[in-house]
Amino acid sequence: MDVMFILIGASITVAMTFLFAFIWAVKSGQYEDRYTPSVRILFEENIQSETENKKL
Amino acid sequence: MPQHPDILTKHICYHCGDECIDEISYDEKSFCCVGCKSVYELLFQSNLCSYYTLENHPGINLKESGSGIKFSYLDDKEISKQIIEFSNDEITKVTFYIPSIHCSSCIYLLEHLYKIDHAVVNSKTDFTQKKIFITYKTGETSLRKIAELLYSIGYEPAINIDDLAENDKPKVLKKLYYKIGIAGFCFGNIMLFSFPEYLSLGNLDPFYKHLFGYLNILLSAPVFFYCASDYFKSAFIGLKQKHINLDVPISLGIAVIFLRSVFEVISGFGAGYFDSLTGLIFFLLIGKLIQTKTFDFLNFERNYKSYFPISVTILKDKTETTTPINKLAKGDRIVIRNGELIPADSILFKGNAKIDYSFVTGESTPVEKVFGEIIYAGGRQEGDLLELEVVRDVSQSYLTQLWNNDAFKKTDTEKTKLNDVIAKYFTYITLAVAITAGAFWLNKDIKIAVNVFTAVLVIACPCALALAGPFALSNTMRIFGKNKFYLKNTGVIEKLSKIDSIVFDKTGTITQVKNAELNYYGNLLSNKELSEIKSLVKNSTHPLSQKIYESVKCDDEFEIKNYKEFPGKGIKGFVGENEYKIGMLEFVMTGDNKEDTENKASKVYVSKNGKLKGYFLILNYFRKGLSELITDLNQSKELTLLSGDNDNERQNLQEIFGTESTMKFYQRPEDKLHYIKSLQDNNKRVLMIGDGLNDAGALKQSDAGIAVTESVTCFSPSCDAILSSEKFRELNKYLIFSKTTMNVIKASFAFSMLYNFVGLYYAVQGTLSPIVAAILMPVSSISVVLFAIFLTDYFAKRQKLI
Repeated sequence: MDVMFILIGASITVAMTFLFAFIWAVKSGQYEDRYTPSVRILFEENIQSETENKKL
Repeated sequence: MPQHPDILTKHICYHCGDECIDEISYDEKSFCCVGCKSVYELLFQSNLCSYYTLENHPGINLKESGSGIKFSYLDDKEISKQIIEFSNDEITKVTFYIPSIHCSSCIYLLEHLYKIDHAVVNSKTDFTQKKIFITYKTGETSLRKIAELLYSIGYEPAINIDDLAENDKPKVLKKLYYKIGIAGFCFGNIMLFSFPEYLSLGNLDPFYKHLFGYLNILLSAPVFFYCASDYFKSAFIGLKQKHINLDVPISLGIAVIFLRSVFEVISGFGAGYFDSLTGLIFFLLIGKLIQTKTFDFLNFERNYKSYFPISVTILKDKTETTTPINKLAKGDRIVIRNGELIPADSILFKGNAKIDYSFVTGESTPVEKVFGEIIYAGGRQEGDLLELEVVRDVSQSYLTQLWNNDAFKKTDTEKTKLNDVIAKYFTYITLAVAITAGAFWLNKDIKIAVNVFTAVLVIACPCALALAGPFALSNTMRIFGKNKFYLKNTGVIEKLSKIDSIVFDKTGTITQVKNAELNYYGNLLSNKELSEIKSLVKNSTHPLSQKIYESVKCDDEFEIKNYKEFPGKGIKGFVGENEYKIGMLEFVMTGDNKEDTENKASKVYVSKNGKLKGYFLILNYFRKGLSELITDLNQSKELTLLSGDNDNERQNLQEIFGTESTMKFYQRPEDKLHYIKSLQDNNKRVLMIGDGLNDAGALKQSDAGIAVTESVTCFSPSCDAILSSEKFRELNKYLIFSKTTMNVIKASFAFSMLYNFVGLYYAVQGTLSPIVAAILMPVSSISVVLFAIFLTDYFAKRQKLI
């Protein structure tokens, strides 16, 4: 039954990973604007433009 | 995407999609005006033509954008400092609100600004809030140039210092998301750790039992102390004000569950109710999130400052300088150009003033003023440059002093909300049951007594009760939003459901002068006759006369003799030898009464020398469906009409509104506010429906204020709800549906009580096991939520709202 300790530890670690991923997502503002990114992703030149921006 | 060949033949502007009247051809495409063409040229040069392929004719027509709007004031350091968010030697960051953002092409263009102006480093839009975040190189361009760039491509930024003030809503929302995340995480894990106890039916090894118990305490601590903290705070504030809100029984329940569970685990009695506790808080927080939903792109809090410019040009020692509007002082000489707004009450010194007060009154016909006359703040100059001397501070002006009224300082203190009424009884009854049941067991066994006492409080925690409201209300708000009726928050629904008297503003609210159509029926009029009629109606201030004057396109003017106006009937006068009578049929042709009653209000008859010529029919003068709406509303509500205008139209209006309605004319903005107040003093629940700034006081004072607007993104005064004018007829439906929603909530309350009774049955016997609580709690919450959503949807369908 000692395997229980490993399982508990594993399950909490996995769950914690998701929790921190969620907190990071909220913190980085992904929940502030839930519409515009869905449009932005369809602009073809966007990837190019961002690399251009970085060069500047 | 094809190049729209059909559009080219139909001559629709390639840029904005309007019909081309004076067509300009360029690059084999048609444009309706120079503005549209130049935007196309600019985008073409910058290789941004995808703008036109993402959506058809996405452009914003530049014909009507205000002329003379200059952004020179953005060069003023003091003003730009307030707008710029961050600046160093290299880059500057700024956010603009752009009302004209409307499609994905807009996002495309605005996010590719750097292709047009290389000084722009990065631009990002927020579509729902209609905002653009721009980063540009500090040395290479200026705030003013950025604003002018946006203006030149049709996306005029609406710059307003008040709007840009730090908005703490995103922060509150972020916190709520964190809380939900943590509560969800803990809830899931606690459930996992509770299963062994539930499934082993008491055969669990005591070691593991303890281990899981302590893990549960550990996991529920952040939920109890962090995620649920708002409920405790709100309950505490409520109790301090000697007022029981719904958070009181919730907090009581949560606290009892937590303490009892901790005690059970530590003493080894049982497993506690940690999963019920965390699940409950998780669901409650989701309900809270649902309730914070708002229409981000609308602003319900505008005051006069939102309408007024940020700065004004003043004349000092014969040189023009700009000064921020809040530094404008009595005695300053100001310069107002065509299209600019007069910021403070002033005396006219120089220039021909033609002031359009449509902002203030909704009436669009310009008023002429002469030298020495006072011009009230809020008017817009049309025509020449004016020189004015300020006679009152901005905040003390005729219009703006309305905002000094107490109505604008009060906060929402209504205490008879349905939730709170129920919370009060609920708390008392729960406590009574808990104490009675506890006392009953006290004689037999003190352990069972404590157990029963706490179990009653645990099971009676009004979780389902607290969820029914938010879900039903937010669903109703969503349904209203689909019907172009936008509420400020969910609380407005309850207010709307209680309304028993309605006050209408006249101009701009029930009438729509601007979009009215004018047609003439009868014997044909010669050009000369038309000019003569035009000259005659020019003398009348009646809106219908004004409408005829505007619509008749003749340049000749004739001298009028013996002009006479008969209020509510018509006008008459001589032009040369001919006597004209213009007005109602009885007035124009005495003794002739065969007129049909239909459309009577909007027919203007004309007779020449006693012979009937015909009539002008003004379509859409009153909003579509007005008389039907009034008939519907008259059955259950007390109606009043308040108008800032004269009483010329009293008769027409009385016919629509019926004899029981009150009508008041010559109402100043304060009069409107006081009238609402007097109704409220007679225990009326007043709904104010208005549109202009002159209604702002009344909208604020009323229990619920609805602003009617042609375009919802247009500026509208601060209010509780914004109604798109095309849905004006539906208002009664909306009021009925808000009542339905409140009934749905009451039904959901009753439904959730059923679960409480089942739980109480176990609780008072002292046999409430954690597993019963763990099943009952989520089942009741989820079913009540579904019940509330299903019922609101069902009734919305039946009332044909979705």
